[in-house]
Amino acid sequence: MQENSVLELRGIYKSFPGVKALQNVDFTLRRGEIHALMGENGAGKSTLIKVLTGVYPKDGGTIHVKDKGSVVFHSPQEAQNAGISTVYQEISLCPNLSVAENMYIGRGEKQLLSWKKMNADAGKVLESLGINVKPTQQLASCSIAVQQMVAIARAVDMDCSVLILDEPTSSLDESEVAKLFKLMRQLKERGVGIIFVTHFLDQVYEVCDRITVLRDSKLVGEYSIQELPRVQLVSKMLGKELDDMADIKNSAPESKNNKDEIVYEAANLCSSEGIRPFDFHIRSGEVNGFTGLLGSGRSESVRAIFGADKVTSGEVKVKGRSVKIRKPLDAMKNGIAYLPEDRKRDGIVGDLSVKDNIILALQVKNGFFKPFSKKKAIEFAEKYIEMLDVKTASVNTPIKSLSGGNQQKVILGRWLLTEPDYLILDEPTRGIDVGTKVDIQKLVLKLASEGMSVTFISSETDEMLRTCSRLIVMRDGKQVGELTGEQLTQTTVMNTIAGGSAK
Amino acid sequence: MSKTSSAGKSGLAKRIGKMTDTNLLMSITIVVFLVMYLGAILFLGDGFLKSQQFFNMLNANASLIILSCGMSLVMINGGIDISVGGVTALVSMSCAVYLDYHGGNVFGALLLALGIGLAFGLVQGYLIAYLDIQPFIVTLAGMFFARGMTTIVHTNPFNVENEAFLKLKNARIIVPFLGSYNKRGVYVDAYIEIGVIVALLIVAALFFALKWTKTGRNFYAVGGNRQSALMLGINVKRTTFLSHLLCGLLAGIGGFVYFLHVGSGSASHAMGAEMNAIASSIIGGTMLTGGVGNIIGTFFGVMSLALIQNIVSSVGLDQAWWTGITIAAMLCLFLIVQSIIIARRKKANSAAAR
Amino acid sequence: MSKMSTKPVSKGGQLLSSILHHQLIIPIAALLLLTVFNLIADPSFFRITLGTNSAGHPVLSGYLITIIDYGSELAILAIGMTLVTAASGGQDISVGAGIAISGSVLLRVLCGTESRPETLQAPIIVAFLVCVVVAMIFGAFNGALVAYFKIQPMVATLILFTAGRSIAAWINNNELPIVSDETFSFFGGYIPGIPIPTPFFIALICFVITWAVLKFTTLGLYVQSVGINEKTSRLNGLNPEMIKFITYVLLGLCVAVCGLIKVSRLSTINYSVIAKDIEMDAILAVALGGNALSGGKFNMGASILGAYVIQFLTTTLYKFDVQSDALSAYKAVVVILLVVLSAPVVREKLSSLLKLATSRLRSAKSPT
Repeated sequence: MQENSVLELRGIYKSFPGVKALQNVDFTLRRGEIHALMGENGAGKSTLIKVLTGVYPKDGGTIHVKDKGSVVFHSPQEAQNAGISTVYQEISLCPNLSVAENMYIGRGEKQLLSWKKMNADAGKVLESLGINVKPTQQLASCSIAVQQMVAIARAVDMDCSVLILDEPTSSLDESEVAKLFKLMRQLKERGVGIIFVTHFLDQVYEVCDRITVLRDSKLVGEYSIQELPRVQLVSKMLGKELDDMADIKNSAPESKNNKDEIVYEAANLCSSEGIRPFDFHIRSGEVNGFTGLLGSGRSESVRAIFGADKVTSGEVKVKGRSVKIRKPLDAMKNGIAYLPEDRKRDGIVGDLSVKDNIILALQVKNGFFKPFSKKKAIEFAEKYIEMLDVKTASVNTPIKSLSGGNQQKVILGRWLLTEPDYLILDEPTRGIDVGTKVDIQKLVLKLASEGMSVTFISSETDEMLRTCSRLIVMRDGKQVGELTGEQLTQTTVMNTIAGGSAK
Repeated sequence: MSKTSSAGKSGLAKRIGKMTDTNLLMSITIVVFLVMYLGAILFLGDGFLKSQQFFNMLNANASLIILSCGMSLVMINGGIDISVGGVTALVSMSCAVYLDYHGGNVFGALLLALGIGLAFGLVQGYLIAYLDIQPFIVTLAGMFFARGMTTIVHTNPFNVENEAFLKLKNARIIVPFLGSYNKRGVYVDAYIEIGVIVALLIVAALFFALKWTKTGRNFYAVGGNRQSALMLGINVKRTTFLSHLLCGLLAGIGGFVYFLHVGSGSASHAMGAEMNAIASSIIGGTMLTGGVGNIIGTFFGVMSLALIQNIVSSVGLDQAWWTGITIAAMLCLFLIVQSIIIARRKKANSAAAR
Repeated sequence: MSKMSTKPVSKGGQLLSSILHHQLIIPIAALLLLTVFNLIADPSFFRITLGTNSAGHPVLSGYLITIIDYGSELAILAIGMTLVTAASGGQDISVGAGIAISGSVLLRVLCGTESRPETLQAPIIVAFLVCVVVAMIFGAFNGALVAYFKIQPMVATLILFTAGRSIAAWINNNELPIVSDETFSFFGGYIPGIPIPTPFFIALICFVITWAVLKFTTLGLYVQSVGINEKTSRLNGLNPEMIKFITYVLLGLCVAVCGLIKVSRLSTINYSVIAKDIEMDAILAVALGGNALSGGKFNMGASILGAYVIQFLTTTLYKFDVQSDALSAYKAVVVILLVVLSAPVVREKLSSLLKLATSRLRSAKSPT
């Protein structure tokens, strides 16, 4: 073991049925450093972390922890006791317990607990981190961001030598991210080694000292942040030089003149999910975007358009005709398609085959008494598998065994199969590899050039700038601006989101 | 409550809103129980005013209280155990056969009861916790196994005649000062049976354990979200195993208390006890989805159930089927109330989260 | 019918493991096991004789005929139970009580207020339709609790499981009406001139209808989709509550058909005994068919085969003089064995053991 390292992983192997998830991966974490673990989806980052924290048993290799020597963790508890605390990507706290309990449960040896002491201790920690929540409050009544911060508070409060943050920032807004980074730097001063997993390159370059890159379940290399510029990082992650990225500048001609037909038009539309009534329209062949911070109501807006949430008011016209859209089926019948934000929860039907997943929406639209023949279904499936370049063993493979990016393509295929006039894509590029991201952006522009209207939502502003010709900016559940043409720059978007004029 | 001013009402509503799920559901139960009892006293005469009426409810339901405690425990942990009624029958029959046909003593019978309960708890707990099989299926099989075994142990029902046992069975514990005067004006002491003491001790012990021990809180965490509990460093499998083990053990104790109360063995004993136990737990505010529940609530759940049966029979609906129908109706009602409360709360929370 | 489940087979898994993973393997293996056991224990188990019944009509008899006879009502229940399981990830444990209720309604309509009328008070078809409606209403009650109030299926149906038999007794005021009309006994017995028990034909009709429904409607896809991911299903235009609700109503229909057969067998009813423990058998049939009891994908054919295998087991146990009350203990052991063997944890261990054994064998054979 090296002098200043707190954690060393050597030659880690892990495989799942049919998949080699980690092959001979090394990883070293030094005292007082923030170490980014980078890689595309499916590269093995999450698996590596779960092997390290004892969620999965490893197939081979050794884990050394400082002062503990070679260790084998059988459960997260053992890892926790060895000074490794973890904040997982999905919030892993118990919603039915209080904030304080969530911070202290599963820790310590004492059988009897003192609620008074626990609440007082929790209060101190929360206050020191600037988290505004009462220790006695039930966790379920806190916002997602606060819950994530509580998870972080728990991890920090444990006297750990290694802190693992697995995409902790995906549900935090900018000020919370800033708070988190401040905290990370403090811990670093104290000598804690931090493993930071994220998809946001900006964040990596803001706080990290070192980067380890994984690709295709193998180690690519370990670099210090100075010696690895962004472009190289991306190319290391992809395993190829990426010149594609620049290509997809919105080359679609600015021909979106007002003569094009208005495909969808809504006035005073509102849903039960806490957005203000809004007006909206989109023309054929137009790509527009909803932008704003997480929780600003951008997803809720498009869900209202699709009828995914309970629609409370609004006049809707599709191609000039007045229609009622109260549930998803109404929207589908009017030629609207919606690719949801959370792929795993709202998108895929895990155990069903790729084929069934592709035909599902069209089948529902087609009606209960008109099932497609097997031949027809396979025909449909194969067409879109080929068109979108989905990597799957066969049309009968269950979708859950595909990688994230390929699952997303299957869902996209499902909606394209319904031949919509208006396609809504809510974060189609979240959590998938850069290659697929580029494919999807290109596809959006291609579809638009063929006359389809597309609404594109993404957390990454540059993606939106590249694809959209009109951006609707949202803040706190209401539309605060609409940007077109010259206004489509990073700064204008940021200023509008932040509400610069008000300040 | 209708007299409270609107300001007081909103204050109350606020306080209710802030209550944890566990406390809110338990409070509802206790209020419902008290209101029902008051109603019974007002409308059905002073039979309900006699303390012995209340103690009789305890005497008759001591075993159910114990079974329900075990049930609440597994339900808080996110599971369910429907074998408890079958285990009760098996325990009664085995103890009866042991005492009368094999010349056993009472202590041996108690050990036998504990052994049977423990065996069910061990096997079911292992299958559910370590082999990851649905608790419902495992315990359904457990219930059928226990019922079948009861017939195999002995076919015909019979009364136990072991003297030491009968002595214990007829033991009365006098409750001081709470007696009443009968029609002739003679003072009659109020009494409870031994089983009641056991039941109350178990209620107290479990209440304490669930609130103030680490293991107790782990049950809640696992019931709240298994995956999270695992990530928080709780040994989920062991906790689940423990919950079923304890439930099995309590079923054994409950079975013995039941046996002590009825003093006979029969394959049709404790028919539907699992249902009553589940109903009591749910009425007592234990959530089916796990993570929410309270032993005190469960106690009041059992008492509410007993009370409603008393009321039904006092009203004159004494045909056998009314009991089944009223319990089912009450369970149905509370389930719906629960699901409505939770749905509303979820809505309020998601609004607050924004 | 429904598709076979094709699970991804690892490179190492050859033919053997693909066979082992096939869904129909469990019921077929159980069937073979029972057959072999009976062949060794007493081959006369398989004898079928042609005799005449009390009415002088030719009938086939023998253990196999009993299996076909009683297995059929179970198979009909298994159809509904499979759908319910797939859509809601839970089982309906009130089917036995439901059969008691529908049987009671049937008798009530047939006999009117008299307890043993000379003639039927209503045509059988009318009585059956009334009974179907009532059973579907009770199914709808269960379905509503599960789908709209989001109560776990097993607990929601626990309500009727307890109250059902009481309700059945209440419908007929706790009397036991007896139907004397001969045609009524055809449904659970034999149609004159046909030596094969009628329930088998009723079951066949049900199978054909089920097959047609799964083939010519999208019910199968919808039910599986809802069972696997409700949220996604909703966003794809389905109404998950409605689909769950419908499966419970359909199970109600199956329960009514079973009620007809059960009551017809006896021409009367015994509220506490009729269809006792049948919920266990129906759930067992679904599990034996290799369907996940937690919902999702299903294979209807496997469930139906499973139902007949369960009856095979019951008949075998009866033949060895096991008391009917004690039957449940043996079946419980079978259930546990089944679920243990199909538990993913155990399967993984077994397949890794198998691999180890084959690799040992190979290395022992190959010269070093």
